[in-house]
Amino acid sequence: MPHDPPETESPSHGAHVGHLDDFHTPLTYWQTLEIAVRELLIEKGITTGAEIAAAIDSMDRRSPADGARLIAKAWIDDRFRRKLLADGSAAMTEFGLNPAGLRLLAVENTPGIHNVIVCTLCSCYPRNLLGLPPDWYKERAYRSRLVRTPRVVLAEFGLELPAETTVRVHDSTADMRYIVIPQRPAGTTDMTEDELAGLVTRDSMIGVSRASSPRGFRE
Amino acid sequence: MSEFVGRQWHDMGGQDAGPVVNEDHDFAFWEKRVDALMVIASGTGRFSVDQLRRVLEDMGESAFETMSYYERWIAAINRVLIESGIYTTEELARKLSDVRARGTTYGDCCQSETG
Repeated sequence: MPHDPPETESPSHGAHVGHLDDFHTPLTYWQTLEIAVRELLIEKGITTGAEIAAAIDSMDRRSPADGARLIAKAWIDDRFRRKLLADGSAAMTEFGLNPAGLRLLAVENTPGIHNVIVCTLCSCYPRNLLGLPPDWYKERAYRSRLVRTPRVVLAEFGLELPAETTVRVHDSTADMRYIVIPQRPAGTTDMTEDELAGLVTRDSMIGVSRASSPRGFRE
Repeated sequence: MSEFVGRQWHDMGGQDAGPVVNEDHDFAFWEKRVDALMVIASGTGRFSVDQLRRVLEDMGESAFETMSYYERWIAAINRVLIESGIYTTEELARKLSDVRARGTTYGDCCQSETG
């Protein structure tokens, strides 16, 4: 009999990650497989329903907000900025975030250099800082073309770079993750760290856009 | 283009492709559950990221073109769990028919479940 999804499935903290109700739609083969695999893992004592619910909850809590706070800190604290560039994982730990065993490399945009990240081989992404990756990051068009024609791809995101700007494309591997430190926007000298974090978008930390301007328009 | 001869399909950096579709989708509950299974199964050390990559890459280009991201993931998780001896194909077949016998929607199959 149809009823509402169990409480544990509510994406109560999904500020940036939405959900689709697939509770009453016919199961596909792969959805049926997911149920079977999950129940087998529970029966074998490898996980529990509660552990799965907790993993989903922690996924829903994850958002680009942690990455944005890290960048804002780097903008206002030059010592931290240099530490982030020298050893991203250590800077994350110092900031109270868990690098989860992965090496983080931060690359910094300057007036003359623009950085952008990709994973041509799969979809490696700093999800512990940015949340789950957007669909386009995982798909062929971005993975194939960014390394060959980055300016064209960036223009498709609405980012037109001057010809004299050097574009650096960074290709991730399974053992490390990149994050872009976008340029701090003009007109932000009086802003607090929290206000600055509000200007740092997911896409600006991937490098397909700039940080938002303080006048309020968002991507 | 000759420079791509001999590359595996997933090694797609530098090839031609259509424009980037700058869109996102909301995650379905089942996709989140697949993601959770990946995180949990990887965290137990039952399989390595390299094992998972091999399985995903061996699925071939047709899987990449026809299956969604999380469809490929659950297929890969299932494969490595069987390879690692966590359960057998017979146990999986039995479980799949159990699940199907319970109903055709998640609500019917799993209404007493959490997860």
